[in-house]
Amino acid sequence: METLLELLVVIFLVTAGIFGFVGSFGLLKLNDRMSRLHAPTKATTLGVGGVLLASMAHSVLTEGHLSLHELLITLFLFLTAPITAHFIAKVNIHQFETRDSLPDAGEDEIWATHDIEEGPTDAETSKN
Amino acid sequence: MIAYAVTFAFTCFGAALLMNFWKVATSKDLGDRILALDTMFINAIAVMVLYGLAIGTEMYFEAAMIIAMLGFISTVAYARFVLRGNIIE
Repeated sequence: METLLELLVVIFLVTAGIFGFVGSFGLLKLNDRMSRLHAPTKATTLGVGGVLLASMAHSVLTEGHLSLHELLITLFLFLTAPITAHFIAKVNIHQFETRDSLPDAGEDEIWATHDIEEGPTDAETSKN
Repeated sequence: MIAYAVTFAFTCFGAALLMNFWKVATSKDLGDRILALDTMFINAIAVMVLYGLAIGTEMYFEAAMIIAMLGFISTVAYARFVLRGNIIE
């Protein structure tokens, strides 16, 4: 049983290390902006998940009880990673795409990131 | 056996952190910089949990939790500032 748990910890740690490394390497290596977004948000989250699972198995091994607070961090990261990825994708669309360079927005007229009213600037409003 | 695996994981995440830092320092692209900083936060969480595992203490989980929250909030705030020029409207 102990050997099995030890093996589990080792497998989780090695997988996590490889995933974390590949995720960050992809950030340097990939050519396209949106591809670069893909590598860290998927791979690194999986890497951290592996470390946390290894830590849970390790606590069973050394202390004899299952500690569940690693699950909190895993849950939090898995919930927030898509949101950050979405925001960074919006930043990329905002900075490097125009209304014409994007594909058709489907049932909406334009993409929401570019749906900004051409109102008066702040300086003009404060004058009035 | 676990000691070797921990060393391997430390090496991987250390190299990952260095690569992220390189990207933060040299990239001219704002979206990439935000992304690299966010990845750095995530890798830092992994290193902290690994350190806790290596020296056998549970003290570092709270720190990792707080770093996870701060990383998320700072990334969203930065991205939102770029998008809208304002964080809380």
